[in-house]
Amino acid sequence: MKKMFTKISYCITVALGISMISSAAIAKTELTMYYPIAVGGKLTQAVDSIVADFMAENPDIEVNAIYSGNYDDTRIKALAALESGKPAQLSVMFSIDVHELRELDAIVPFDDVVSTDEERAWLNSFYPSLMENGIAAGKTWGIPFQRSTIVMYYNKDAYREAGLDPETPPATWGGLIAAAKALTKDDGSQWGLMIPSTGYPYWMFGALAMQNGQTLMTSGDKTNFDHPDVVEALEVWKAMGSEHKIMPEGTIEWGTLRQNFLEGKTAMMWHSTGNLTTVKNNASFDFGVAMLPAGKRRGTPTGGGNFYIFKDTSAEEREASMKLIKFMTSPEQAANWSIATGYMGVSPSAYETDSLSSYVAEFPPAAVARDQLAYATAEFSTYQTSRVKKGLNDAIQAALVGSKTPKEALSEAQAAAERILKPYR
Amino acid sequence: MKDSTRNIQGWLLFTPAAILLLAFTHYPTITTFFQSLYTNKSIIRPRRFSGIEAYESMFSDPIFWKVFVNNMWLAVGTIPTSIGIAIIMALIVNKAIPGRGFLRMAYFTPTMLPMIAVANIWLFFYAPDIGLIDKVLEVFGFEGNNWLGNPSTVLPSIIVMTVWKEAGLFMVFYLAGLQTISPELEEAAKLEGSSRWNYFWRIQFPLLLPTTLFVLINAFLNSFKLVDHLFVLTKGGPDNASNLILYYIYETAFSFLDISYASALTIFLLALLALTALAQFFFLDRRTHYR
Repeated sequence: MKKMFTKISYCITVALGISMISSAAIAKTELTMYYPIAVGGKLTQAVDSIVADFMAENPDIEVNAIYSGNYDDTRIKALAALESGKPAQLSVMFSIDVHELRELDAIVPFDDVVSTDEERAWLNSFYPSLMENGIAAGKTWGIPFQRSTIVMYYNKDAYREAGLDPETPPATWGGLIAAAKALTKDDGSQWGLMIPSTGYPYWMFGALAMQNGQTLMTSGDKTNFDHPDVVEALEVWKAMGSEHKIMPEGTIEWGTLRQNFLEGKTAMMWHSTGNLTTVKNNASFDFGVAMLPAGKRRGTPTGGGNFYIFKDTSAEEREASMKLIKFMTSPEQAANWSIATGYMGVSPSAYETDSLSSYVAEFPPAAVARDQLAYATAEFSTYQTSRVKKGLNDAIQAALVGSKTPKEALSEAQAAAERILKPYR
Repeated sequence: MKDSTRNIQGWLLFTPAAILLLAFTHYPTITTFFQSLYTNKSIIRPRRFSGIEAYESMFSDPIFWKVFVNNMWLAVGTIPTSIGIAIIMALIVNKAIPGRGFLRMAYFTPTMLPMIAVANIWLFFYAPDIGLIDKVLEVFGFEGNNWLGNPSTVLPSIIVMTVWKEAGLFMVFYLAGLQTISPELEEAAKLEGSSRWNYFWRIQFPLLLPTTLFVLINAFLNSFKLVDHLFVLTKGGPDNASNLILYYIYETAFSFLDISYASALTIFLLALLALTALAQFFFLDRRTHYR
């Protein structure tokens, strides 16, 4: 009996020893990361494979990358995890959430996380217009990852059928409306143009306003909804449906628009570049991608998600997060990501990689978003951004369906935004 | 057994249910109420007691009134229709007809599907030009319509989908109700030469009243509870034309992160539903014939 006890205690000691050794050997830093996807398609696989590559290179870091729905859902989940005390260390979230995340004291600026000169240089390696949304109060809070602009997809076959030159898409509003009129069929089987007005109407509107020479906000606490140029931009949008009859009246659904384009129900659509690869794989016709046309000038907001690091993290976790973010935004990975999705390569050096430069050479539409960056501005973002945005979305939709005039609707939205933003000035 | 032990036993049996109710129903309700009396906390502005301010701003919020009225229309549009259709379907599948099992299943299928899946299907039904509904209309020479993009058709479109989704569930209750009615009554009615309509109206319908009461309460609650489809179909748009109270609460709480106002809206919805349920129990219960 006694012998048996000795044996057992011996076994236990050995087992304990082994487990201690092994746990020391794999003292892994665990990272939880949420990421959203707003355009559908097989994008989760693309993220999973990048993360798998990262873990293969960095065996001491364990990454749980959790797909968490659209941008709103992701913010809710990340914040709920924060509240529950089992927080994520980093997440990809909407680039425009920066003011709200700061107000909640949830994130740290990258200026406080970078330590070496090399890392400080890395902060400046991205396209400046992609950094705009991530910068607030003089610090950098977000690193661009899945970033896009709005581009115009057009059906070259439909262009040929209508007697238009498929290699010169319209570059001005006048040209756009003329082309769309030629493309619109009287029997309603094909529309000239569709600009989506559900889901993210403020985003599309940001492009139109910019093209008319005015941004929607001047800073996180000041909006310009009732500026005459902004009002005029909404009038132009509305007239496309009500006056020129090149677009269906009422609102146009974001979620089904790509299907409308692929089925030939509209000859042109404005949509995120994040759709590019899906359109490429599914279009049964010859299609082209063009920059958005110019009113007074060209213009588009950038869009999409940035990396954020949460405040409630240890030094090791921040270091590991930095490693992951640097890996995922490195030129090679950014190039792969861009090819897999259509999102932009976030830095100029991504377009210099062999893979992306040869991809762009054989498929020129992949470079349109990048070239358009020269005309791009920040996406609409203020304090209390969701609420201010909702007011703007409602105003746009009210004008498009004709229940209010553009001027009325935007003045009301501006008044509401003033009330909300006043305490932040 | 002594009274005291019986008492203890009773309380013990009651405890599990009581704990669940307290933890997941009563406690959250009370905290929600208190949250509605305080402002939100942020690093710029600390939390402070604000009394009924949140309720005041609720009653002066035009979007609140809009979603409230929308919700009432939804109730008016869905409750009588889905109850009527449910009764008709139940009467059909209660008869000995060929393929009865299949028919029952077919009627019940929409109920089994998750609401999000249903909404994704209907999103493409309603899609202008490429959707099923417009394709069918096209065959008959009608113009396509932007069902979900037009404020005057968006709520009716959602009502139709909700009726389609709910009627099958209510049918099951009515079917169960019909089968408890003794077949002798039908034979007697036939012998007396009563018409089918007369039999339904004088015998079946009154005997189904307990079921109707139950279904009515459920339908009313559902018209306030079911908002899953809005996430997929319209997000409450265009311009709040299809927005409902619960979706507005969700937006306020999780999009705007305005917990205080969301709590006030929740308390309002809770009070509304509690009052309606009480009213239904007190007024309808007296007129309902139970056996």
